[in-house]
Amino acid sequence: MVHQTHDRDDYDFPETPNEINLTEMAEEANFQAMLEEYPRQAAAYQYSGLSRRSFMKIMGASLALTGAGLAGCVAEPPDEQIIPYARQPEEIIPGIPLFFASAMTLGGYTTGLLIETQEGRPTRIEGNPQHPASVGASNVFIQASILHLYDPERSIEARKDGQSSDWETFLEELAGVLEDAGDGAGLRILTETVTSPTLATQIETLLENYPAARWVQYEPVAQDNAVAGSRLAFDADVNTVYNFAEADVILSLDADFMSSMPGSLRYARDFMDRRRVREDQTEMSRLYALESSPTITGATADERLAMKASDVEAFARALAAALGVDAGDAPQFAPWPEEWFEAVVADLEGSSGSSIVIAGPEQTPVVHALAHAINAALGNVGSTVTYTDSVVASPVITTEDLAALTEEMNNGDVDALIIIGGNPAYNAPADIAFADALEQVPFSMHLSMYADETSQLSTWHIPSTHYIEEWSDGRAFDGTASIVQPPIGPLWDTVHSAHEILAALNGTEGTPFEILQANWESNYEGDDFESFWRLALHDGVVPDSAFEATSPSLRGDLASALGEAGFGQSAGLEIVFRPDATIWDGRFANNAWLQELPTPLTKVTWDMAALVSPETAEELGVVNEEVVALTLDGRTIEAPIFTQIGMAPDTIVVTLGYGGDITAQEDAPSNRNVYGMRTTTNMWHGVSVRVENTGATYNLATSRWVEDMPETDAARAGTLRTFIDDPDFAHIEHSGGANLIPPIIYDGYAWGMSIDLTSCIGCNACMIACQMENNIPTVGKEAVESGRDMSWIRIDTYYITEGETVETRFQPVACVHCEMAPCELVCPVEATIHDHEGINNMVYNRCIGTRYCSANCPYTVRRFNFEKYASELPIMQEYRNPNVSVRVEGVMEKCTYCTQRINMARIAANNENRLIEDGEITPACAGACPTQAIIFGNINEEDARVTRLKEQPHDYGLLEELNTIPRTTYLARITNPNDALHGSSEEG
Amino acid sequence: MSQIFSPGSNTVAKLSILGGALITVLILGFLFVRDQSPNTRAVGTAIEQPVRFSHELHSGVVNIECAYCHGPAEKSAYAGIPDTHTCMSCHSQIATYSELLEPVRTSYETNESLVWNKVHVLADHVYFNHSAHVNNGYACETCHGQVDQMPLVWQAEHMTMGWCLECHQQPEQFVRPDSDIYTIGYEYPEDQLDVVGPALIDQYQTNVDGLMTCGICHR
Repeated sequence: MVHQTHDRDDYDFPETPNEINLTEMAEEANFQAMLEEYPRQAAAYQYSGLSRRSFMKIMGASLALTGAGLAGCVAEPPDEQIIPYARQPEEIIPGIPLFFASAMTLGGYTTGLLIETQEGRPTRIEGNPQHPASVGASNVFIQASILHLYDPERSIEARKDGQSSDWETFLEELAGVLEDAGDGAGLRILTETVTSPTLATQIETLLENYPAARWVQYEPVAQDNAVAGSRLAFDADVNTVYNFAEADVILSLDADFMSSMPGSLRYARDFMDRRRVREDQTEMSRLYALESSPTITGATADERLAMKASDVEAFARALAAALGVDAGDAPQFAPWPEEWFEAVVADLEGSSGSSIVIAGPEQTPVVHALAHAINAALGNVGSTVTYTDSVVASPVITTEDLAALTEEMNNGDVDALIIIGGNPAYNAPADIAFADALEQVPFSMHLSMYADETSQLSTWHIPSTHYIEEWSDGRAFDGTASIVQPPIGPLWDTVHSAHEILAALNGTEGTPFEILQANWESNYEGDDFESFWRLALHDGVVPDSAFEATSPSLRGDLASALGEAGFGQSAGLEIVFRPDATIWDGRFANNAWLQELPTPLTKVTWDMAALVSPETAEELGVVNEEVVALTLDGRTIEAPIFTQIGMAPDTIVVTLGYGGDITAQEDAPSNRNVYGMRTTTNMWHGVSVRVENTGATYNLATSRWVEDMPETDAARAGTLRTFIDDPDFAHIEHSGGANLIPPIIYDGYAWGMSIDLTSCIGCNACMIACQMENNIPTVGKEAVESGRDMSWIRIDTYYITEGETVETRFQPVACVHCEMAPCELVCPVEATIHDHEGINNMVYNRCIGTRYCSANCPYTVRRFNFEKYASELPIMQEYRNPNVSVRVEGVMEKCTYCTQRINMARIAANNENRLIEDGEITPACAGACPTQAIIFGNINEEDARVTRLKEQPHDYGLLEELNTIPRTTYLARITNPNDALHGSSEEG
Repeated sequence: MSQIFSPGSNTVAKLSILGGALITVLILGFLFVRDQSPNTRAVGTAIEQPVRFSHELHSGVVNIECAYCHGPAEKSAYAGIPDTHTCMSCHSQIATYSELLEPVRTSYETNESLVWNKVHVLADHVYFNHSAHVNNGYACETCHGQVDQMPLVWQAEHMTMGWCLECHQQPEQFVRPDSDIYTIGYEYPEDQLDVVGPALIDQYQTNVDGLMTCGICHR
């Protein structure tokens, strides 16, 4: 195989170290220069002569000398193959990623994305800057969704009655069923919320073909209350779009609009654009948040009031009455601080036309209707609040839909049930026995990515495509349509999309792409469809597809429609159900990135917990991790207790999604499925819940360090008034002190980062983005418990309690790239050293795992690979970023400022003989951030955004008194509390 | 009771300690030398390929420029191996019945890739970028040798980190004008080190200080 085609001696090989006499070498100028070289980089040892590393090198050379002459070696040609394309697609250059515009749908609403592919493999997801729901940002669900594509536990086999089968057999059987279907009286199709115009058209066609068939929608986290509220207020189905960029005063009625509502990313951005306080910009909006469960929206609010979920409606009624809205009875009680209420009323009245009252999807239809009426009364409609036609193809109250379907199934009226997505057998309300009814249906089919509970009870299970593999479309919160464009074909031949199922039902020909294109073409009114289509695909946004504003009028009899305030003041313990901040309704339960992501505020990973305030815990006599049985209307679930500051009184919060097959764990409480106690009447909260201690305990892995974080200088904050009076308030005098390390001059690029604590909403998007970009492994629950989580960036959360109010401060902390880095001084092998641009490099191949650096890092941002965490499953390697090393056991790692992106930009700029422009480099965290709280750039460039931010008076460095000179600095958090609520003009 | 150890035991113990140390050192030294050896790194070993593609013929005799087939080197980290269609752009006209080209024609017809054996394999933690070198004055020949004299390609340099650093420390030794990037057999002017090299470094605006930082190649 291997030929020796020429004599080795023909080549003049450079001398290898073992051929050099050490004594001679020491005297050589080159060697002296080399000794200079290494210390120069190490910064610490510039003038010390011999560095540790050089010492090690010489040791190595002397070993080599000793061993010289023993080298009897065998030629080992590399045994690797290189496989070019047979026909290379024009647009592909190996090594240069491609980006495809696509969109992801969650809860029916789409967000526009750009999906990066490396030689065809999707490796990264970013927001699409042109898409109104994304404006370039993304959230944890979007980022982590890429993991599902490659999930080795994905279902890839069609099953009939639990036995493996195939698509063709299914089609044959389906054809038989449809032949007997007649007018479709026994045919039902069950989907999740649908905004996809093409899917809606296909379903319409189905209903035309089978007029007696019915389309049912169910989704556990649906907009039912908003739909009902809109019907209550307008007697019509109306979609509400908020414009936070114009809002001076915002009142959230239990609405977590920054993380869990349609349009959240856009709302968070717009909201924060009104709060970027700078030296020359001292105006900011004010957010009042009323909430029953602690959310990041409440944590960001200027004035937050924790309130029992069932009292929010009373508050809304009282507010409506105070603002002169004719909306039925005002309550006769007021379980809230009077001055708080008055402050809200005064502020809202003072900002007519530029305020927003927003109701949460979890609040009752009455609250939604009242919010509409209040916005109308304040003159906000048309400026900060606009209405459009419903974005959802067919708005329904999904629980009513599902209840009716289940009844039909039980009566034997359903012969064939087609279930597209979802997992209703697991997540249907407890009083709808869908799972039992499903077994009665003679022919049922479930299209799903996992062979889950519903699949197991259905006659057929058909594995579904992932959205990254399928052609589809959908609409965003404002109606803007996007084409879901797959950057990769299905990874498996056996998976199929909803459009294929519908095509089979309708007996239509064509691939999903053809169906999609045909649908858009038939609705296109211009004369150049080809250009229109190409533009829609390229931009990821269908041009001019946002819905126009409508002006629905409130019904005249609103007061009577709202009915009597048929409620008394709440009493006893309440339970609140919320979608999980990491696994949503359970659909992301099989996603390790999300499971290991610390839930915002609680920092619990891998689990759900029953959250209670420390006071309530004391009253109940329970402590953290004690498993309690919660009983509501005779239905019981079990969950471990976890105390959380800032909870509403007498309230227990549990999140959806756990306790299904996917999250089944041996040691977990067996009945922790929250859906088991959630009923149609208690969809989001229930009163009079009974709590019993089971005597068992269950470990929760939390990355929270201490129980009550003391007020600290780490996350500095002040009020707007403080900032105006004393812009330098965030500066703390420190001595500066002597430094052993001589200063280094950076005259080229000098990378730095600025993080605005005002803008940070603690949403975790940066954490998942970093994990995806930098090939960071997950470690599992036990390792998290031992503090061995690997995330390079963490969100420190501080609570500052003052009387009743709790102020929450989020502070993202990654390696701050100290100019005088303590870690570098203690590394015996110089595996962590400074470069000429100020980045603290981590050289994995040098690292021998002493962990001295980690011990000496005051920011505790270094992470150590205690085990080989990276998965070796071939499919799990597909999503990895090829531009970042996968670390092995025994190696230290930490934030690199995304050095691979810096290198890429540097190479591109060098190749064109120019300098890197401001904004050309965006680290993964900054790219994902919904509020643009993280800005990165060259601090030597005068006009760079990061330089401007670092010049702000409220810029400060974390632990700067240690003289580390961190390259990442923070802008102190500035809030805008209402002085009237805090006695004097002093900061609250 | 008699002594367990004879007086000679001390010497034996000392010798075995010394011997043990010596053996350890020898083994480590052997491994080090072996790793650095050009022989281990298969320098000068021609690698058998599925098609006996000759750079000597294409690059030497026919004088096709490197970038005709390895164009991505100018834009990407990878120089790329041409697809079958690139081969056939000429070979649909030239040597159409050559037996040697049978695998190429098969690949063209079946659309199945040719599988080549890799000649240059860098460690996975090295992020070498072709475009950064080719666009800034470093020629193909500098690393790949005179491929116009290689019937089958072999590795011309041992490509250890120390070898990379020779140039990264003093790039003016090897830098060339843009016009000679693809030249094979280029002769450096006599004043390369003092005049021409530094002038080219200036022209390419190369930040020489930065070339010695770890993060430039390792991520």
